Order: sequence, then C-alpha cells, then structure tokens
Amino acid sequence: MSEVKKVLFGPILANNPIALQILGICSALAVTSSMNVSLVMAIALTLVTAFSNFFIAIIRNYIPSSIRIIVQMIIIASLVIVVDQVLRAFAFEISKQLSVFVGLIITNCIVMGRAEAYAMKNGPGMSFLDGIGNGLGYSAMLMVVAFFRELLGAGKLFGHVVFETVQNGGWYQPNGLMLLPPSAFFVIGLIIWALRSYKKEQVEEPEFKIAANSRAQEAL
Amino acid sequence: MEHLISLFVKAVFVENMALAFFLGMCTLLALSKKVETALGLGIAVVVVLAITVPLNNLLYQNLLKDGALQWAGLPNVDLSFLGLLSYIGVIAAVVQILEMALDKYMPALYNALGVFLPLITVNCAIMGASLFMVERDYNFSESVVYGVGAGIGWALAIAALAGIREKLKYSDVPAGLRGLGITFITVGLMSLGFMSFSGVQL
Repeated sequence: MSEVKKVLFGPILANNPIALQILGICSALAVTSSMNVSLVMAIALTLVTAFSNFFIAIIRNYIPSSIRIIVQMIIIASLVIVVDQVLRAFAFEISKQLSVFVGLIITNCIVMGRAEAYAMKNGPGMSFLDGIGNGLGYSAMLMVVAFFRELLGAGKLFGHVVFETVQNGGWYQPNGLMLLPPSAFFVIGLIIWALRSYKKEQVEEPEFKIAANSRAQEAL
Repeated sequence: MEHLISLFVKAVFVENMALAFFLGMCTLLALSKKVETALGLGIAVVVVLAITVPLNNLLYQNLLKDGALQWAGLPNVDLSFLGLLSYIGVIAAVVQILEMALDKYMPALYNALGVFLPLITVNCAIMGASLFMVERDYNFSESVVYGVGAGIGWALAIAALAGIREKLKYSDVPAGLRGLGITFITVGLMSLGFMSFSGVQL
C-alpha cells in the first residue's frame, strides 16, 4: 500500500518532474498565463502519461530494444492525436489557445522520460499509477504558476474577477509583465527556491567553492 | 525576396524558439553548462531543422492538407489528423539517417555532434517548428527560410546562455537557488532582453 502511495504522491513534492527532474518545462512555461488553459493542459498530459505508461508496460517484454524509441513514439503520438481530436470537438476555444502545445505533448520529456525510466521495467498497474503521479506533479506546478500569473497579471482566477482592475474602475493596478512569457521563468525559479528551502536534500552541490572571506583586519 | 528576409529575421530574433516560445527548454537548461557543447548542439539543431521543416512542408502540402490529394483523384479526403504521427516519424527518420550518413561520410562532424544527434528527436523545438509551419500555412520556400532561421535563433540562445553560466559558476548563489533555480531566472532575464525585439515591425 505504501508503495502505491509513494508512486502516486512522491512526484508532487519529493521528486517533482519540473523542479527536480528537469522534464517537461517547455509547456509549463508557455501555457500558464491563465488557469483555464493550464487546467486543460494538465489533464491532457496526465491522461497521456498514464495511458502511454500503461500500454508500453503491457508490451514491454516484446519490444526489441533497438527500436524501442520509435515504438514508444508511435504509442504516444496516437494517444496525443486522440486528445487533440477530442479537444477540437468539445473545447474548440481552448484548443485554439493551446495551439501547437497539444501536439508538443509528444515531445514532452515527462511522457518519454517516464516511459523509458519506469514503464519499461514495471508492470502495467504500477506504471499507470506512476504516470498519474508524475502527471499530478506536473499539474501541481502548472496550477501554482498559473495562479500567480493570472492573479497578478489580470486580477482574475479561472476568468472570474478577484481583484477589480483600474481599467474597470477598481483599485488593482495589474502587473502586465506577469502575462508576458519571461515572468513564467521568474515564478518557477522562485518556486524552486521555496521548494528547496523546505526540502534541503534537493539543493545542488556547487561546482566551484568560493574561499571564505579574508578577515577584516587583513583588509585594513 | 524581401518577404523571405523579413521572415528570417523574425524567426531568429522576434519569434525566437527558445526565448519567446520556450521550445527545447529541457535541453537548453540541461546542456548549457559549457559553451563548446552548447555550440555543438546548436549546430545539430540548425541542420536538423533545415531538413525536417521543408520535408514536413512537402508532406503537409501534398498529402495531408484538406483537399491535397486532388492529384490522386481524391479531392474530398482530409488526412490532417494524421499530421502529428507523420511529422514525428519524419523527424525520427531524418535524425537516424543523418546519423548514419555523417558517420560514413563526415566522421569529424559526426564525432563533434555525436551524443547530441539522437537527443534531438525529442527536442520540442524541432517538432514545434514543424507545427508552427503547418499552423501558419507556409509554402515551400518560406518553410526553408523558417527552418534555418528558427534553428539559428535557438543556437544563439543556447550559446548565449552557456556563456553566462560559465561565468555564473564563480558567483555565490543562495543554496536553494543554486543550479536549476538561478538558471531559470537567468533565462527569464535573457527572455526579457529578447522581448525588446517584439516591437520591430517587418
């Protein structure tokens, strides 16, 4: 039971795909200017990761290792086509806003990375849970970034007004920078800082140690 | 001609793959510790983009687009839903062929690129450029220019980031921010710099 819990909830804080494994960063940055869009993206990615892990784990013993990348690619690409068509049919507006990023789930490193690292070695049930877990870790990060960007950038959450902006006669002066791409980098950088201050074991070793300061007397 | 030049400048600076659309971020962050490796990877990306984007363009314009199969007597067939699968197939195949061809005919270049070539298949900048080409409905000559431009833009970004990180190594960064954290913030500042191109009308 604890194994299941570890696979499912480990990736959210302890082993976050974005903050620690450096996987799936591209889309995390590009789709987080509003919470609606990020939520759809997060659900799509979680489903694709879970099902691709599941199917790859089922056939893992029959894939010759020399062509495994192509086989994995084909499974992932087929799943993404399904997601893309469903979004086009039922949520056309959001699918327009996501533009190429739904297609880019194929090359999202989380999906490939988990297929290669986990699904090739474990059974279908656990691989499915691992996919859901990593999807949740990705979704959590995405939603936190989108929360700050949409709240500070437009004064809204999920499109509902939270802070009345100055343009509409309210008091909040929106920070336009938060809607622009670079802010996503700053927000994620600061989240990583917060996460690593809380979980000290994730701090990276410095490549180059700076010598301790010389004593004040010597300088005088 | 003028139109193509402005498309090129736009692809390199205004719509920089890495700093304006965040494509190829994983490799950009993971492999930018040394200028030398960054340049090698950058050149590999330029080469692969310059081949795959025009190739995917031919595929899209002649086989997959709505009504494109008219030459085969099938004017009502729309195969565009097969796009994603075909583009990634083309990219994987081109990377594989390129690796074998370079190994045989240009061993020096192959050794220089070596490790990075297989990695490129899963670089989202490659796939992203093909998808943007489809979304904007470029014709063949536009797609050649766009592929080369997007590649050079990405190479520029990774080389610049590697230059900054080589110097940053000697600075005293707070413990939690060390490594990935400070790299994110650096890329953010570079991206702000590139935003200044966005007012350029071409």
